[in-house]
Amino acid sequence: MTVRKNQAALTTAEKRRFTDAVLELKRTGRYDAFVTTHNGFIMSDTDHGPRTGHRSPSFLPWHRRFLLDFEQALQSVDPSVALPYWDWTVDRTPASSLWAADFLGGTGRSRDGAVMDGPFAAAAGNWPITVRVDGRDHLRRSLGARGLQLPTRAETDSVLAMPVYDMPPWNSASDGFRNHLEGWRGVNLHNRVHVWVGGQMATGVSPNDPVFWLHHAFIDRLWTQWQTRHPDSAYAPAAATSDVVDLHDPMRPWNDVTPADMLDHRPHYTYDTAA
Amino acid sequence: MSRLTRRQALGAGAAAGLAVVGAAPPAPAAPATAAAPAAVRRRTVHGTPQPFDEVYLGRRIQGGPSHSGGHHAHHADGWIVRIDGQELHVMRNADGTWISVVNHYEPQATPRALARAAVLELQGASLVPLDLA
Repeated sequence: MTVRKNQAALTTAEKRRFTDAVLELKRTGRYDAFVTTHNGFIMSDTDHGPRTGHRSPSFLPWHRRFLLDFEQALQSVDPSVALPYWDWTVDRTPASSLWAADFLGGTGRSRDGAVMDGPFAAAAGNWPITVRVDGRDHLRRSLGARGLQLPTRAETDSVLAMPVYDMPPWNSASDGFRNHLEGWRGVNLHNRVHVWVGGQMATGVSPNDPVFWLHHAFIDRLWTQWQTRHPDSAYAPAAATSDVVDLHDPMRPWNDVTPADMLDHRPHYTYDTAA
Repeated sequence: MSRLTRRQALGAGAAAGLAVVGAAPPAPAAPATAAAPAAVRRRTVHGTPQPFDEVYLGRRIQGGPSHSGGHHAHHADGWIVRIDGQELHVMRNADGTWISVVNHYEPQATPRALARAAVLELQGASLVPLDLA
């Protein structure tokens, strides 16, 4: 059984096996297919049209399934690897071990944002940015630029306290847990973390930065924590909602998985500590 | 709601007689709209955005209504924004704020603020053609 661990608790060997597996997916072209898929949904999910991966109730089950696909790809390279999660309420500065050269590498240099250390730095030659929106082919970051702060535990708890999963109009204007977690409304959790990292993480091609997976693994864990706190609350909408994935509707691009299939993470993985 | 916004945008564009193409002459500067600070992007933004065509930090930024909805199905919301003639994929949020593929998770109040934020992010790099796989 796959056990997802806090990235801060990984051993040096676990970090190495994770980054090696990521680099192997990159080398074979499988990694970039994930970036392409994500960007396609980012650009086509709209507030007043069909929406599946983002700005909609299926944001959480869609990313749960997307991460499962990626984790299974990693495990096809190295069966010992699981996705770690980044608790940005705790590890909230560029000095975190997450950003050390033996793991993801640090922030970018000021001149052009280029990440200069770690396995994904351009100079190492193993991480060309090929699915991109501009001409730059190197990984970029600007951790905490402009004084932006990562969400605090108190801010995160205030969102976990929201009892209703999602509400009409089921988009970026919605009240409820999903949209506050996603960040289009309120204290802003998920979106703000993308902006804090900067570089490709702030764009539609955000999975170009491997921290994408660790960020979303923590968002996914927060969904589990919300379920534990609100056992009587359910995914919504249940049925007959245009442009939106109802509980038993199939989700693109897989077409054989529904939000209902993704509500329980336990058939797929567990966590290092209780939610 | 999006249709109404679209009609408004198209109407404003027709009234101004502005076509957003690479060779369009510079339009008079629209009323100043500051780049959106955090406080602005939390508010609902009403009304029709102003077309613009200006040089910002050495880059030509243009924005205006797309008259036909464009050649590409993903040109939502009836607007096209270009940087040095290359299209920037933009999207309008339900509250009237805007995002682009370059600044996807940080809404801005207007397309002009969005274009300026993209210029800052690009640090001189060129946009590349959109690829919706």
